[in-house]
Amino acid sequence: MRLEPKPAPTLAVTLIYPLGAVVATLVITSLLVLVAGASPFSVFYLVAKGAAGSQFALLETLTRSTPLIFTGLAVAVAFRAKLWNIGAEAQLYVGGIVTVVLGTGALPLPSILLIPIIIVAAIAGGALMLLGPAVLKIRFGVDEVVTTLLLNFIVLLFVSMLLEGPLKDPMGLGWPQSSRVIAEAQLPRVIQGKRLHYGFVIALVSALIVWVIMKKTTLGYEMRAVGHNPQAAAFAGIPVSRVLMKTALLSGGLAALAGFSEVAGLKGNLTLDLSPGYGYSGIVVAMLAMLNPVGVVASAIFVAGIFVGADSMSRVAQVPSYIADVMVATALLTMVVAILMTRFRIRWK
Amino acid sequence: MEALDILFTASFWVAAIRIASPLIFATMGELICERAGVLNLGIEGIMTAGAFAGWFTVYAGGDLWTGVAVAALAGAMFGLLHATLTVPLGLSQHVVGIGVTLLATSLTYFTYRLVLPEVTSPPKIEPFQPLPIPGLSKIPVVGEALFAQTPLTYLAFVTVALVVWVLYRTPLGLAVRAAGENPSAVEAQGISVNAIRIGAVMAGSALMAIGGAFLTMSAFNSFFFGMINGRGWICIALVVFGSWRPGKALLGAILFAAFDAYQVRLQQITGGVVPYQLFLMMPYALSILALILVARRATYPKALMIPYQKGER
Amino acid sequence: MSPPVLRLNGVTKRFGPLLANDAIAFDLQRGEVIALLGENGAGKTTLMNILFGHYVADEGTVEAFGKALSPGDPRAAIEAGIGMVHQHFTLADNMTVLENIALGTQGFWSLRFDRAGARERIVKLARTFGLAVDPDALVNALSVGERQRVEILKALYRDARVLILDEPTAVLTPAEAEALFQTLKLLVGEGLSIIFISHKLNEVMAVSDRVLVLRAGKLVGERATAGSTRAELAALMVGQEVEAPPVPPVVSGPALLVIQNVSTPRRANTTPLDNATLTLHSGEITGLAGVSGNGQAALAGLLSGTEVPLSGSYTVQGKPVGKDWAPAAALAAGIARIPEDRHAVGTIGDMSVTENVIAERYATPRFSRAGFLGWAAARKFAEEIIADYDVKCPSPEARIRLLSGGNMQKLILGRALDPEPVIILANQPTRGLDVGAVGYVHGKLLEARARGAAILLISEDLEEILALADRVLVISKGTLSVPSARGERTVRELGELMAGHAGEGRAA
Repeated sequence: MRLEPKPAPTLAVTLIYPLGAVVATLVITSLLVLVAGASPFSVFYLVAKGAAGSQFALLETLTRSTPLIFTGLAVAVAFRAKLWNIGAEAQLYVGGIVTVVLGTGALPLPSILLIPIIIVAAIAGGALMLLGPAVLKIRFGVDEVVTTLLLNFIVLLFVSMLLEGPLKDPMGLGWPQSSRVIAEAQLPRVIQGKRLHYGFVIALVSALIVWVIMKKTTLGYEMRAVGHNPQAAAFAGIPVSRVLMKTALLSGGLAALAGFSEVAGLKGNLTLDLSPGYGYSGIVVAMLAMLNPVGVVASAIFVAGIFVGADSMSRVAQVPSYIADVMVATALLTMVVAILMTRFRIRWK
Repeated sequence: MEALDILFTASFWVAAIRIASPLIFATMGELICERAGVLNLGIEGIMTAGAFAGWFTVYAGGDLWTGVAVAALAGAMFGLLHATLTVPLGLSQHVVGIGVTLLATSLTYFTYRLVLPEVTSPPKIEPFQPLPIPGLSKIPVVGEALFAQTPLTYLAFVTVALVVWVLYRTPLGLAVRAAGENPSAVEAQGISVNAIRIGAVMAGSALMAIGGAFLTMSAFNSFFFGMINGRGWICIALVVFGSWRPGKALLGAILFAAFDAYQVRLQQITGGVVPYQLFLMMPYALSILALILVARRATYPKALMIPYQKGER
Repeated sequence: MSPPVLRLNGVTKRFGPLLANDAIAFDLQRGEVIALLGENGAGKTTLMNILFGHYVADEGTVEAFGKALSPGDPRAAIEAGIGMVHQHFTLADNMTVLENIALGTQGFWSLRFDRAGARERIVKLARTFGLAVDPDALVNALSVGERQRVEILKALYRDARVLILDEPTAVLTPAEAEALFQTLKLLVGEGLSIIFISHKLNEVMAVSDRVLVLRAGKLVGERATAGSTRAELAALMVGQEVEAPPVPPVVSGPALLVIQNVSTPRRANTTPLDNATLTLHSGEITGLAGVSGNGQAALAGLLSGTEVPLSGSYTVQGKPVGKDWAPAAALAAGIARIPEDRHAVGTIGDMSVTENVIAERYATPRFSRAGFLGWAAARKFAEEIIADYDVKCPSPEARIRLLSGGNMQKLILGRALDPEPVIILANQPTRGLDVGAVGYVHGKLLEARARGAAILLISEDLEEILALADRVLVISKGTLSVPSARGERTVRELGELMAGHAGEGRAA
């Protein structure tokens, strides 16, 4: 068996294989649903209904997609330069910490000043969080996959320490949670009385900005060049180390915004379950979008829909909501195969 | 001084060896994969799957060794998935590895909820019991630490010896090492690189799964969510720390486990003055430190993470 | 009469639109040495990869000793007695000679690797055929010549009756090549048959009984070596009269790049420069001859900006090179670079033609402003190069990976020569190109020379250097020889320098 490169793929080809990946994912998860003793059709119907069947469901899906857009963008940016940031989870929590530290009354400023300050500080925090592994990679050749993964555990323990120490909510009845951020530090809701908040809008704007950076700027060009062939990029005079560090700053900053928007927009305070693995799901989101920043928005909504829909489905059908995680992981694996098929032909001799 | 006295107690070393056991299995598993040229980031998920598969087999009425076998089989299957995507298809070992971890973990949780929908506290099984070796286990400290463990711990040490033997003393091991150094050398001698690599990843993944099963079948007696808790990633660091040599990696795993056992005891001594989270961070921080120390001079397998296509040089 | 050792029937292989082998058929007899002669890209290596089972032919069959060989299976080829010495050695560096040779020769599931038995057999074979090598040495401690011996031993260890050698002398000094030819004679004496792949006429004349000439995937001629002439074979190989490019007389200008007593840092896998001195003059092509791996990479790195001097002085256009010497600095200093490996270093395969041609200058005002790229200007530049250099490519948006080597090299030339550089590094600029592309590249270098550029031409092909270079230096073990003017040294003298014999040595 060997792989032969295909000539430039047509639009139809670039779409048909990813579509095939989605179908394959549905087929595979159908088998699990059958094992669980339910009908795949009714389960998928319930998932779809739970994700988009009503205004409430749709808004819930968009709300859930907000952190995924941020972490998805963070991963897309990093993977483009082949900086394997698996630490979006840690960077997200750093964003949450910064938001709580600055937003619980430390800076008594009006919203219009306070929120931008928190955003900048959160970005800076997340950026620095990933700069460490990037520097270790560049200076010492330490694989960033392992360091970013391990830092996820360290940061979570650090958050736990803060929540039982300096950031502990005095009114929290002993629960490990922080005080609530003041009203000026909270993001307004998009529709009064609903959970969807302006974090979603910031996420959309971020996606647009990242798209411009990747397509239109020298930095985006440098990142792609370094990602595809660092040796050739270096030979052409592209400052590879500096580009990797800039990538780390951008990626870490984006992931931190997820933490900021969850705290300032949705939860109001920091807890140990701020993220049910948004950092890891961001990898799936980015891969499903084939690392395209605008595509990240679509795939984040798709992935969020699966999670939200599966939650509501599992309340009705006897299928555990973990089916959503299985679907998402399966989609990741089928998608990488699909991307390969758009570019290579498999010959069996 | 109290903090130093810990090092001379038998219970400390017993704990250290017990903590080391799952790491030894999984580190050997990862080492085999990487010596053949494949980085297996599925390790964390495969350990989760192994932990559940082994435990559930016993819970469902199987005996303990059947549980170990089922765990190994589950691991090998995820290894096959990983290898199919990364070896003949040559897909990114980073992305596929993370994908396998996500899939194995979520499938495990799905299955757990499916078979035990209503339980609130995880059910228990009768795990492996310590099997003191007559005579040897009576040696103070050393004997108690090494020869009064469960059979699965003994198996961990036997595994290391076996890995050393296979890698360095058999024609098969020679081919595995060559596949990780220069796959075209393997191909030119008429051996299929794909077969070697797929086999190595499957065998390695089986060991990872046994490492996971150790937790539910020997160290503890039940399965709960998040129980692998980064041990897989630590094993990847241990492989680097051990310079891809089984003996050094074993030493690293024991050293690491000793630190882990030590921090738990130190935690008790300091009595809450220092936040306990700082102690819990130590294993992860230590892994990063170990990577920094050895990364520069590590001689890694030359073809690690480089996919191979037949006839391509 | 016994069947031929090897028989090829109508072997055909396509790679996409490229017909790499077109209905190739020939026989190989016992004790015979066939030379397979052809230009780079003529399809020689593809054919041998089919023979050895790395590739599967689209059509045709291979028979060994009268039996059909199962396709696509190196194991079958090995068992049929075919051994191959690859152009790029297939050895695992961090393992011993013995391990490399015995790899795959013992039962896979046997519980013990029989080291002693293997050693005994290797020592015996080495003695019989004069292939001295320490079985317990690590391969990465061996010289190139020794590694080749290990490759031959690998084949002999498995009882090869047919030995295929792919460009075996490309990495050898003339003396080592001579030793190889002696070994081959011994092997033929033992009844082995040999296929010797080469594009060097004098070697082919020296070793073979019969010459097969391959051109553009077709077998275009077959001659008994005795009775054929070099000119005849050369014409067959190239398909037309070989014309040396007309080189106008040299008009030397001022020194533009001066390297004086420079040594470079020791690095893994490359030979550092040792007290090297070199001056490049305006209007001159300076040729650097030498067997690969003797410090060419370090010297090329100095000009490219990927290597820094450890000691000595290095000035470019009068300005000393400082600590910040890097590819960007080299470009700013007016050095154009044509790298040795166009796939790994010269281009970014998965990016478009447009993105590749601006790689060295995307940050200049021509292509970007305030951090934003001007894609229109970039595309226009790509189109200009495509037109001016006659590049065959579907569009500037096509991924550069899909282009042929010659077209890729033209794009690299266009990118490098566009700013009318005063200094040009051309490192193996024509390796692997077909005749037409070679002529094109040479023409462009001569144009730049006429314009007054100072050019360093690094090549393993001595004939290329003799044809183009106004002055010739030889590099050996990191040391540069004293330069000689065009025609001053004979090929034999240059060969001796390449082998590392000091002095201007006439004695052999």
